[in-house]
Amino acid sequence: MPDVEARKTEIHRLAEVAADKPATYGPDLDLGSFDVAADAKSVESLESLNKQTKEAALDIGFDTTEDDRSGSYFQMDRSPIYRKVEQMFDNKLEIMSTEEALALYPELMYEKYYWRNVAPDKDKYTAQVALTRTEGYFIRVKAGQKIDKPIQACLFVSENNVSQNVHSIIILEEGAEANVLTGCTIHPKVRNGLHAGISEFYVGKGAKLTFTMIHNWSEDFHVRPRTGVTVEEDGVYISNYVMLRPVCSLQTFPVARLIGDRSRAVFNSIVYGLDDSYVDIGSETSLEGAGTRSEAVARTVSADRSTIYSRGRLIGRNNDCKAHLDCRGIVQSESSTQWAIPDLASVGAPGAELSHEAAISPIAAEEIYYLMSRGVPKDEAISMITRGFLDLDIPGLPPALRRQIDKALEETAKESM
Amino acid sequence: MDLDRQQPLLVIENLHVAVGGSEVLRGINLSINEGETHVLLGPNGGGKTTLLNTIVGLPGYRITQGSITFKGTDLADLEIDERARLGIGVAFQRPPAVRGIKLRQLIEVAAGEGDHEVLLADLIGDLSLLKMVDRDVNMGFSGGEMKRSEMAQLIAQAPELTLFDEPESGVDLDNIAVVGKAMNRLLKAERVGKGTRAGLIVTHTGHILEYVNADIGHVLYNGKLACKGNPLDLIGEIGKHGYGKCVECAICQM
Repeated sequence: MPDVEARKTEIHRLAEVAADKPATYGPDLDLGSFDVAADAKSVESLESLNKQTKEAALDIGFDTTEDDRSGSYFQMDRSPIYRKVEQMFDNKLEIMSTEEALALYPELMYEKYYWRNVAPDKDKYTAQVALTRTEGYFIRVKAGQKIDKPIQACLFVSENNVSQNVHSIIILEEGAEANVLTGCTIHPKVRNGLHAGISEFYVGKGAKLTFTMIHNWSEDFHVRPRTGVTVEEDGVYISNYVMLRPVCSLQTFPVARLIGDRSRAVFNSIVYGLDDSYVDIGSETSLEGAGTRSEAVARTVSADRSTIYSRGRLIGRNNDCKAHLDCRGIVQSESSTQWAIPDLASVGAPGAELSHEAAISPIAAEEIYYLMSRGVPKDEAISMITRGFLDLDIPGLPPALRRQIDKALEETAKESM
Repeated sequence: MDLDRQQPLLVIENLHVAVGGSEVLRGINLSINEGETHVLLGPNGGGKTTLLNTIVGLPGYRITQGSITFKGTDLADLEIDERARLGIGVAFQRPPAVRGIKLRQLIEVAAGEGDHEVLLADLIGDLSLLKMVDRDVNMGFSGGEMKRSEMAQLIAQAPELTLFDEPESGVDLDNIAVVGKAMNRLLKAERVGKGTRAGLIVTHTGHILEYVNADIGHVLYNGKLACKGNPLDLIGEIGKHGYGKCVECAICQM
């Protein structure tokens, strides 16, 4: 397998060169200060996980009872400790660790999927994952298969001060459909650490991937996801991102390339900035095929001393493409900062229609008084309005995913009271 | 006459209210008893909405003299929500749209604790809310939808005194009838062991009085109550002579 070996060497070389390259956005981190994630033992059943782990997992939508799920993947620190495909989805769906997939399908992986949507030398975080990868999941849905129940994955950090460097890949073959719910979280005892996550998604012709990610971190934790998506003809990619808990710093800017004609991408993001959180989120959609469409919607609330950057970039590269960006923010505290940064470009495509609405404002006083006039105390009114503001109507969101988002919002509303 | 029914619910004494430094209300005296529906007529800018908003407790309406007492409690130090829980409800002329809050939620919140399925089903039928209950409240609602939404919330809240700010404005004829019916339902509901509810309707056209029976009319002119009498007679006189003549008109009972 000369090609595989050559590609391995190339990835390594690219990563080494970028090992100290700061990211374009977000605070620069000293990667040397984190330990490499440790090994954990596999489990036969998710029920055997300890109570705190199960509860933390449930908070980000991972149900250890596996009710209403088609498959599960659970990674503790650097080890994939559990994976399962429900029997009725056998032969339709593959779930394994990225390590296993590389061993099983080396040529396919290196040629088509592994480091093809995200560059290993993008910055020091991609380089770190390329050089010291600690697993991640591989999910493949076979052509024409429609997996109606969500596939759930959990990337869990149980030790202090480690760097979890995961690389995950999702492939939807032609005409396939799947809902993937990924939750990333930590054990309640964990204070600081780093989660660097590469995600590469390949949405085939006429396929539809709904990817919902819920993040729960802590005040001293750093997060640097790097996501690249390609969507082929008539394919649909829907991303829902939810983060409602404090984090030290989080910076992510997923890029979706709509390479196929009539392909579509939707990004929905809900972020609540609490305590001293530094959150820099955004998305880029590159509209390359004819008849491509895209929409990015972000709702951000900043409280306490938090800083939020909400970015959105639309690049029209085809005369027949249309995209809209909608980012709204509420600033709840005098010590918090918010930036809304819409960014539109038409590149050699005079027919491209790109638009945006960006707004940052307080909660309108008249809305608070309106609720109060119905007997709702002021604090409760503010909490209801904030929850409502973050409660994006996401058309076509599977009920199980809807419930998870509702639950996360409910918890936040309760805590903010 | 049953003495209980004559308990004053709302008493306004020598009320002066300033908005942004200028005095808008200049010595209002008004008493509303249980079971009574009053109408407040008057030209635009005369202070009708100011009076309503002052009773509701909206900020920006500063009482410089006088008092408002509801069920014996001085409202001066009460927040908007405390006044609402004490029994004051308001149907706004132009309620704000609230993104992410469904009409269904507001009806439930207004109704308070408990299971409201029966009430909701009833309101959805009565006020044709089927297409509205799961929409963000007032977001893109037409004039009629907005008023029906306000009525539904108030019927759920069941306040002892309801204030209506221009209930007919921006509403077509079909909807005025529906709104009028809802107002009657709200005002005429009998409560076990208590008097019937009271209302104060602000209108400058008086159209709503074709659907709602009101007991007493007042004309608010230049920050003062200039005239009091039978609401329909008052409207007749105003139609003939304009508001300017109210102070000296023949039918005044002041």
